[in-house]
Amino acid sequence: MLNTSEILETINMIREENLDIRTITMGISLLDCVSEDEDRLCEKIYDKITKKAERLVPVGCEIEKEYGIPIVNKRVSVTPISLVGGDISPEGYIKVAKTLDRAAKTLGINFIGGFGALVHKGMTVGARNLIEAIPTALAETDFVCSSVNVATTKAGINMDAIALMGKTIKEAAYLTRDRDSIGCAKFVVFANVPEDNPFMAGAFHGIGEPDSVINVGVSGPGVVSAAIARAGDCDLSELADLIKKTAFKITRVGQLVAHEAARRLDTPFGIIDLSLAPTPAIGDSVAHILENMGLTVCGSHGTTAALAMLNDAVKKGGVMASSHVGGLSGAFIPVSEDAGMISAVEQGSLSIEKLEAMTAVCSVGLDMIAIPGDTPADVICGIIADEISIGVANTKTTAVRVIPAYGKSVGDSVDFGGLLGRAPIMKLNDASPAKFIARGGRIPAPIHSLKN
Amino acid sequence: MKAVITVTGKDTVGIIAKVSTVCADKGANILDITQSVLGDYFAMIMLAEIDKLSIPFSDFVDVLAELGKTNGLVISAMHEDIFNTMHHI
Repeated sequence: MLNTSEILETINMIREENLDIRTITMGISLLDCVSEDEDRLCEKIYDKITKKAERLVPVGCEIEKEYGIPIVNKRVSVTPISLVGGDISPEGYIKVAKTLDRAAKTLGINFIGGFGALVHKGMTVGARNLIEAIPTALAETDFVCSSVNVATTKAGINMDAIALMGKTIKEAAYLTRDRDSIGCAKFVVFANVPEDNPFMAGAFHGIGEPDSVINVGVSGPGVVSAAIARAGDCDLSELADLIKKTAFKITRVGQLVAHEAARRLDTPFGIIDLSLAPTPAIGDSVAHILENMGLTVCGSHGTTAALAMLNDAVKKGGVMASSHVGGLSGAFIPVSEDAGMISAVEQGSLSIEKLEAMTAVCSVGLDMIAIPGDTPADVICGIIADEISIGVANTKTTAVRVIPAYGKSVGDSVDFGGLLGRAPIMKLNDASPAKFIARGGRIPAPIHSLKN
Repeated sequence: MKAVITVTGKDTVGIIAKVSTVCADKGANILDITQSVLGDYFAMIMLAEIDKLSIPFSDFVDVLAELGKTNGLVISAMHEDIFNTMHHI
């Protein structure tokens, strides 16, 4: 039987603490759309996506209203396009990207992910052509997101691919220079990429997945932050317990929504992604959670420890609340999408080096970080190689989404508006790793004994 | 199926009557009501059975929200499962 305080607690979480379901993402396999003819390929892709996800937005809105919980995004992820396109030309891949964009607009969703390739060990002709198409595809579409997996713990790191990523990011920044280089905000480079992640820009539908699937990403930094603020001066064991209980409640709502969405769309339920995903809104920040835990400002010494505990407690609490957990599952630390992170950077407390250390203990990586527009491609490759090696050595997912904002330098900022937010340009160590990057080849897979 | 209707706002005459009238009108059967007035602030929680609603539940949510707006209150109706799921294993 429900009691008044439980009802009021839930309502308070939604109205005052920004509890929401961050995304319902429908994964759709495009493997059956393969065709020798480019136009036929595009036609099949458009038809399959718009048919499978036809009711995604109305059903999402229906659930949102009935349960009174905001569902911020309804999205679609598809099979990595390089597996579907095969050896079509880069121009052909751009045509496919435009088809995905058109399908997204027909459905009324706000992002479609999967314009990507898995190249952790090597590159097919299709993967190479797709990567060549990425900058133009991102510049000429509104909703298409792209990701490339360049490393896994089992395969090692494909440094030839990383060398290409630096150039791809620079070109994407240039082609969208009139919009603060927004192309780069829709492109992620991964290590150990999960195949069922519902969050953009890295979502795609893995090859081991069913024909279509519903994955749900929960959120709720504001709820965790408020619970910690209420807890007062308790010790860290008690605090960890409190975070677990809060994460449990948040995730149960995600499970309910996922179950309902799967049932109403007659699509199998895949996973819940247990993530603390911040938004630029006040009271929805992961940095503010860390500050409520006792740091003066995010980025100070102690930040990595606080984040490690937060991330672990969120997983422990969430895991029991859901039948299947997957995706990225952890605390996100995207700079531009988190009011507390933005403020920490502006105060000079949070550096890219500290962010890199933080990614060793949380999901996902160097995310939404604006860097000077004149950063050379090889420095970007160095940033990627460092971050990716943290993922590979620690058997976890890491990623890089940096924005070398064209024409901007330290002291300026970029503003994308909406969920992508605003980011101050961060200072980098600009000593060149060019020779190291130019060596190419693969960094071998790490040994998993003799751990030190 | 049951819905939890919550009404919050400044206390005025006839709030319960107005909400109950809408419920009766649309076929929602009120099972339980708790209310409290703190100073001039009013908070009410109603549990209602909605199996025999004459309109879709999502429209019922809109009707109540609109009633709230015209009376300076915040009225929400939510499926009870969100509360059960969050607080009970």
